[in-house]
Amino acid sequence: MSTAQSLPALAADFPAPQIAYSALSPMVAVFGAALIGVLVEAFAPRRARAGLQLAVALLGLLGGLLAVGLLAGTREVTAVGAVAVDGPALFVQGTVLALGVAAMLLLAERSLESGGGAIVAQAATVPGSADERALVGTDHLQTEVFPLAMLAIGGMLLFPASNDLLLMFVALEVLSLPLYLMCGLARRRRLLSQEAAVKYFLLGAFSSAFFLYGLALLYGYAGTVSLPGIAAATQVTASNDGLLYTGLGLLTVGLLFKISAVPFHSWTPDVYQGAPTPVTALMATGTKVAAFGALLRVYYVAFGAIRWDWRPLLWVIAIATMAVGALLAITQRDVKRMLAYSSVAHAGFILTGVVAATRAGLAGSLFYLLAYGFTTLAAFGILTLVRDADGEATDLSSWAGLGRRSPMVAGAFAILLLALAGIPLTSGFTGKFAVFSAAADAGAAGLVVVAVVCSAIAAFFYVRVIVLMFFNEPAADGPTVAIPGAFTSAALALGVAVTVVLGVFPSPLLKLADQAALFIR
Amino acid sequence: MSVTASSALLVQGAGPQYVNATGLFTLSWVLIALPLLSAAVLLLTGRRANAWGHLLGCASVLCSFVLGLAMLFAMLGRSGPDRLIDQHLFSWIPAGSFQVEAGLLLDPLSMTFVLLITGVGGMIHIYSIGYMAHDPERRRFFGELNLFVAAMLLLVLGDSFLTLYVGWEGVGLASYLLIGFWSYKPTAATAAKKAFLVNRVGDVGLSLAIMLMFATFGTTSFAGVFSGADRMMAATATGIGLLLLLGACGKSAQFPLQSWLLDAMEGPTPVSALIHAATMVTAGVYLIARSNPIFDVSPNARLGVTIVGAVTLLFGATIGCAYDDIKKVLASSTMSQVGYMILAVGIGPGVYALGIVQLVCHGFFKATMFLGAGSVMHATKDNVNMRHYGGLRRLMPITFLTFTAGYLAIIGFPFFSGFYSKDKIIEAAFDKGGTSGLVLGSAALLGAGVTAYYMTRLMAMTFFGRPRWEEGVTPNESPRSMTMPMIVLGIGAVFAGALLTFVGDGLAGFLTPSLGPAEKGSPPVISASGQTLLILAVATVGAVIAYLQFGRRSVPDTARQDVPVVVTAARQALYGDAVNEAVFMRPGQYTTRALVFFDNFGVDGAVRGLAALVGGSSGRLRRVQTGFVRSYALLMFGGAALVVIGLTLAYAI
Amino acid sequence: MGHVYMPILVLFVLAAAFAVGSVTAAGFTGPKRYNRAKVDAYECGIEATPQPVGTAHFPVKYYLTAMLFIVFDIEIIFLYPWAVTFSKLGFFGLVEMVLFIGTVFVAYAYVWRRGGLQWD
Repeated sequence: MSTAQSLPALAADFPAPQIAYSALSPMVAVFGAALIGVLVEAFAPRRARAGLQLAVALLGLLGGLLAVGLLAGTREVTAVGAVAVDGPALFVQGTVLALGVAAMLLLAERSLESGGGAIVAQAATVPGSADERALVGTDHLQTEVFPLAMLAIGGMLLFPASNDLLLMFVALEVLSLPLYLMCGLARRRRLLSQEAAVKYFLLGAFSSAFFLYGLALLYGYAGTVSLPGIAAATQVTASNDGLLYTGLGLLTVGLLFKISAVPFHSWTPDVYQGAPTPVTALMATGTKVAAFGALLRVYYVAFGAIRWDWRPLLWVIAIATMAVGALLAITQRDVKRMLAYSSVAHAGFILTGVVAATRAGLAGSLFYLLAYGFTTLAAFGILTLVRDADGEATDLSSWAGLGRRSPMVAGAFAILLLALAGIPLTSGFTGKFAVFSAAADAGAAGLVVVAVVCSAIAAFFYVRVIVLMFFNEPAADGPTVAIPGAFTSAALALGVAVTVVLGVFPSPLLKLADQAALFIR
Repeated sequence: MSVTASSALLVQGAGPQYVNATGLFTLSWVLIALPLLSAAVLLLTGRRANAWGHLLGCASVLCSFVLGLAMLFAMLGRSGPDRLIDQHLFSWIPAGSFQVEAGLLLDPLSMTFVLLITGVGGMIHIYSIGYMAHDPERRRFFGELNLFVAAMLLLVLGDSFLTLYVGWEGVGLASYLLIGFWSYKPTAATAAKKAFLVNRVGDVGLSLAIMLMFATFGTTSFAGVFSGADRMMAATATGIGLLLLLGACGKSAQFPLQSWLLDAMEGPTPVSALIHAATMVTAGVYLIARSNPIFDVSPNARLGVTIVGAVTLLFGATIGCAYDDIKKVLASSTMSQVGYMILAVGIGPGVYALGIVQLVCHGFFKATMFLGAGSVMHATKDNVNMRHYGGLRRLMPITFLTFTAGYLAIIGFPFFSGFYSKDKIIEAAFDKGGTSGLVLGSAALLGAGVTAYYMTRLMAMTFFGRPRWEEGVTPNESPRSMTMPMIVLGIGAVFAGALLTFVGDGLAGFLTPSLGPAEKGSPPVISASGQTLLILAVATVGAVIAYLQFGRRSVPDTARQDVPVVVTAARQALYGDAVNEAVFMRPGQYTTRALVFFDNFGVDGAVRGLAALVGGSSGRLRRVQTGFVRSYALLMFGGAALVVIGLTLAYAI
Repeated sequence: MGHVYMPILVLFVLAAAFAVGSVTAAGFTGPKRYNRAKVDAYECGIEATPQPVGTAHFPVKYYLTAMLFIVFDIEIIFLYPWAVTFSKLGFFGLVEMVLFIGTVFVAYAYVWRRGGLQWD
């Protein structure tokens, strides 16, 4: 009886929410395209699907990019305070969308592998079964990968724009679940791919649990899940600090897992190696960019007032991440695994920008994310080109002398590696310079010294690959380099061009990042 | 690019004042852009450009030359101080207090280089059309030549040490590509690698010098560094100067980093002519001449430069006497002649310009001779052994005549180019006065005699005597696209010295705004005319000995083995490789081994330690594959616990 | 410290120590005799379902049915509070619900076209 009475009473207090759809338009475009993609799967004939899916996906992504461009300069909180559309959110969204376009092109490349591309013909077949063998040479393709990728990208757009921990959690799951699936869709080495998917899923679910637990504790502390609300609570409440720090710590675990910071990185090499390379490219760039966007928002907006408490922690984690990533990469014998550890090390470098906790740190991190994203995406794209009879040849020794056989591909890869190593006149140098100088200005000189040392260690293994490609005799039975199709060429050209242009003329983008680097509170 | 920290104190002092570029001079970037664009087109378009690629390659360099010429006349229309023209291009990193700028500096010194690089370079491009006509990769060759020209122009036009460094690395890359152009030959691939690695040693010196400059002045721009140069500590100046010298030694093949140049002759001959005679090897001379305000304040650094120059000029000349390979003789000769230039710029104020005069003249006569050597090789099926030449003067009259012009120029025959350039340096060395002047002068004088000896030997073995051709070789004159550039450069070899000395104020006068006025040192020990006679006499002695040895007697097919130890040593390039191996390679190998040891021991150990810490026993967990996820989860759990405890502790403290 | 949350922290530490300790201890003390039953998947005491290797497909129909149930179940749960506040939400509420149901319908259409609703 009491329930029946209280319900109308609740309804009477309930304010009708407002949603500014225009501010959400990038996400609307991407999610809309994803839904259309699902419908295409349902109704379009099999033959037409792949082309149709790519067209829908690209339209959605480009529409999203256009929307981001039109929204530039917007500072708005909408959907009852759950979504913040501000400079950092739009910058990250634009980056994710552009990376998404390139990743989508890599996904759509079908000329490299007997008609099918990197994605499995029929995901449900058992590895090694007769069905699978019958399908491997055909032009069948699990075209669901396109709407899945679009849903993941949609989640990546929502993640950094979430102004509310609950919505952030939803976004985290929206971006993660499709990725778990996509990891298991490699056309070759199916068992490795499926193992990667299971690993990623189990550990991802584990980390989500941490995030959720932290969220609950923070709600207990602040009585709200909105980031500005938590920020207000940290400034007035003196009691219950145990809840605050435990909650912040657990929340951090969930976020650090996604950016693969040490000690939450252990899944990275296995999953990056097992997943189809275009998916790896999307994970290593889009996911990391989006997760850093969310991490920055959580730390700068909700916990900006207590930064003296979390900075030491991030110091330690940044150092551990850079050191472990760089050191472990040295011993890798597999190019794909090496790039995975490289992405771990780069997470550490970007964390130095986060540690700065200043506007310059935010701007530097944003710039670094964009620069790193394009370089890494193109690097993974090049992995898809170097092939032998078993698909991609990722063993380091088989890359020896590649510069002799295909100077263009090896040259492009060398540029990308130099950028990852942070050599001047590449985007990598500008990015490192931006975050390191911000961290040094914010009084983290010690951290910068460690970061520079780690960069030097990291440069060693990047340059080692270049030396191997250009100064060693090619192996007699080495891999061949496939002629990239139009899609892959476009993605690679974009990646290399951004890498070089941001190295030589970085100032417009540095200015843009600087203008964008202001969270709405 | 110049890096400027606003915190550094920048006071405009005695350094050069640059004026902003206006009018024609705002196009200085086009000088670089033309060959760069052409290189991009040639390297990227692929086979489609095979038909016209070489023409584009030549055209871009010649256009740059014409533009450079126009700028020269515009510059001559200005008064002295206004000839230092700086053009700001763009801000590279405009991040608050930290400014990185990119700009170009066009002054008489860089103007001279621009014309040398594009002029001589253009001739060599044209020559390459004929020389590389049968090479299927000719388009790529022209692309890389253009890349080299662009990088070299950037090197001499940059208005800061950082821009110079970018060009410096660019020419290193281009020369690596070009030496290894025929990379299917293992010797060429090895030579390319060697050149690259030896140059790295020098580059480390240059980059350390730049860092030291930045630490001292807070900037790397020429304007900033030079305006503060007279106020820096002598020790710093010496340090910077010696590091710059190390950089110069690498690029200019000076002792002790000379060994790569001989091997670099594995590249196509136009490359040897362009890179290893006329332009790139003079980059070190440019670097030291450009840095003259730094060397002005450090006599010790200058002494180091002169010693390197003197040692190299004797070293190169000695090696040149022993080789039978015509290109290696010319390469040794290049080493030796660049040694003269380094000696000149080392002697210091007032003599810098003489080094540049020698540099320009050498660009002409050495390029002539390299192209002549290429022509001879072209005619004898790529044979480089002079013992298989002989009597070629009748069959290849144009090659013979142009080569003779180069020959007379290099030995300093009166009124040929070398007479005005090299002899002046020897005189300046004597004029330096004191014991050092006497030692340096004597070394330079002796070098002139040895030069005459080995060049006469080369002439005699190649063009005179009875034919000693291998079977099936029927030499005849090269096509016109090859002889024409030789004629043009040969004319330069004859007249350049006189023109650069007597027209107007001469090149030295033209260079005054960049390098300071030419001045006379202490009164000469021997009168100028006496010195000239002395030099001529020494050179004549060298030439006559060579004539008696090789012109009068028949040349055996193989070199004699029962020779004095000095000759054996010279044939081994005075053991330059052995020295390099001991000084650079061995320590490098040990360092690498130590790193590998650390890698195996330290890194793997750390991994094992971490795994053991987390999982109790990593080996056990690794045996079952699903165990990985479990251990990962445990690691994450441990990490989460640490994060929470860490945060709580940080708060509690 | 004597903080009110101290017991929770202690509990955390104890739990962590137990987890790490027992895994480590099991590794050291337990006998390592593997047999077929031990390496099989654990399925609640009953005989393990034959592994599908060699056959073509996993029997995924059960999962499909369960997932479909969850999707529509959640849809209903969301409809309840919406219905209660419908008059307050007005046109905005209608639009949002149409979007929501439309989204769910897209998934439904996919499942339908792909034969997820057929049982053999």
